[in-house]
Amino acid sequence: MKQITILSGKGGAGKTTLTAAFTILAERIVVADCDVDAPNLHMLLHPEVIEKQEFRGSMIARIDNTKCRRCGLCREKCRFDAISEDFKVDPFSCEGCGVCTLVCPVNAISLDERIAGYVYLSKIKSGFMVHAMLNPGEANSGKLVAIVRQNAVMLAERENIDIILIDGPPGIGCPAISSVVDVDIGLIITEPTISGFHDLKRVLLLLKHFDIPSLVCINMYDINYNNTDKIVEFCRENDIEVIGRIPFNPEVTKAMIDGKTIVEYSPESDAAKEIERIWGRILSILV
Amino acid sequence: MILSIASGKGGTGKTLIAANIAISVGGNIQLLDCDVEEPNLHLLLHPKVVSEETVYSMVPSVNEELCDHCGRCSSFCSYKALFVTPMKILVFPELCHGCGGCILACPKKAINEGKRIVGVLKRGYKNSIELIYGELKIRERMTTLLIREVKKHISRDEKDVIIDAPPGASCPMVEAVRGSDFCILVTEPTPFGLYDLRIAIQVLRSMDIPFGVVINRAGIGDEKVYDYCRENEIPILLEIPYQRRIAELYSMSIPFSLKIPEWREKFKVLLDEARRLIGK
Repeated sequence: MKQITILSGKGGAGKTTLTAAFTILAERIVVADCDVDAPNLHMLLHPEVIEKQEFRGSMIARIDNTKCRRCGLCREKCRFDAISEDFKVDPFSCEGCGVCTLVCPVNAISLDERIAGYVYLSKIKSGFMVHAMLNPGEANSGKLVAIVRQNAVMLAERENIDIILIDGPPGIGCPAISSVVDVDIGLIITEPTISGFHDLKRVLLLLKHFDIPSLVCINMYDINYNNTDKIVEFCRENDIEVIGRIPFNPEVTKAMIDGKTIVEYSPESDAAKEIERIWGRILSILV
Repeated sequence: MILSIASGKGGTGKTLIAANIAISVGGNIQLLDCDVEEPNLHLLLHPKVVSEETVYSMVPSVNEELCDHCGRCSSFCSYKALFVTPMKILVFPELCHGCGGCILACPKKAINEGKRIVGVLKRGYKNSIELIYGELKIRERMTTLLIREVKKHISRDEKDVIIDAPPGASCPMVEAVRGSDFCILVTEPTPFGLYDLRIAIQVLRSMDIPFGVVINRAGIGDEKVYDYCRENEIPILLEIPYQRRIAELYSMSIPFSLKIPEWREKFKVLLDEARRLIGK
């Protein structure tokens, strides 16, 4: 079984557009949407949910007001400023560490589990999809990403599917790390902007740290040829394959509005042809 | 006023709007780039960096001579950052959230406060625009800790503060926008843009932060974002059309109000409008 994660560092570079198109092109695949706080892949792949699981994220402190003597030790020891002056727990700050329960002299504080989101196992045309929805504002998206990936592996093994495709989150932090550990390839999609190039370099360092081979794909390469050349040159110097260059094409947005991938909506377009070629190349690298 | 700029979906133009507002106002303004995983604001502003400091997180430092491997630290730790065997104790610093609970839980006082580098914090100036930004260390997960450090530098003066938030709708975004007087949500008129806007709105509503919407790349998609804002009485504060010229300038990291000066008035109005909506 091979796993490939699509990443970008910078948001809005085209991760989901590309992942959805690859999923349609694949014969049999498990696809995992690991952008769990703003998932969009389902909007192009229209999964049919077959199982829904609760996701329990971190714990949250609860103060029993009848026992609390307002001594302030919990406030003093909390490193996340999660307890207010009137001894209320701020759900956005509390990391569920439990230090307050440890220091409270009258045992007025306990930790409660909180349901932080849901994981969905679904069927799609070309196989299966695992996706999730973190409740807005919740923490622990890295843990949820790990659970999404465990389910993807379970489905791939059970259904005898060889490839897991992972739509990663933007950034290089906790959820991005969770979506790349132990994958076979990290495919970074970037755009020829100075910001895109800057963010690409940081993702490449992340993949290098985890010893994951990287590939680079330049989206909308024709909006700035000069920057495209710089990215290509940088990749050559660092021995990284530039696997494709997708042209800017307004059909991609039209396809999204129609709830379709570009390879379904406009299969003859230059963008769709290039994505098809890239997918072919990925398959030849994976086997 | 503390104004945050956020969006559920990435790449909608948060940083571009933050930079353009600052340039349009001209000065006496502070910018905080809280997208510490991929900070970009400095690329648009080219500030002269005047100071740089390392940001640390607390990690346990175990004195093996005092440790009797009782395991209370590891059974307390919610993040599984400590693992105790009868003979040895292992610390996994990358899992540690720095709560300090292990130090308190240890009956032998065998754990002291150590530290690890989480990232760097830089301060710079472009004329009288002050920029403070964090850069998360590669492979580090403690994004919110670094965001908190950046926000500790919020100006106490009467100047406007603009916070460039990270994308998404989970803890880093929450940490960036909390405490702001108003939030501008940037979106694009596409199904993804609308879907993620709605998630971001849920977060802001639960935090009681007033907000308005800026639609970037107007014209590329459909009308549903407009319909949604109208039906829910959400103010659309500004529209930035999709224009090749603006996209090209952005690709070169040039805030377009520098080259298309008519936009400066619009960004000033945007800031005034936010102020008006919160009655400041």
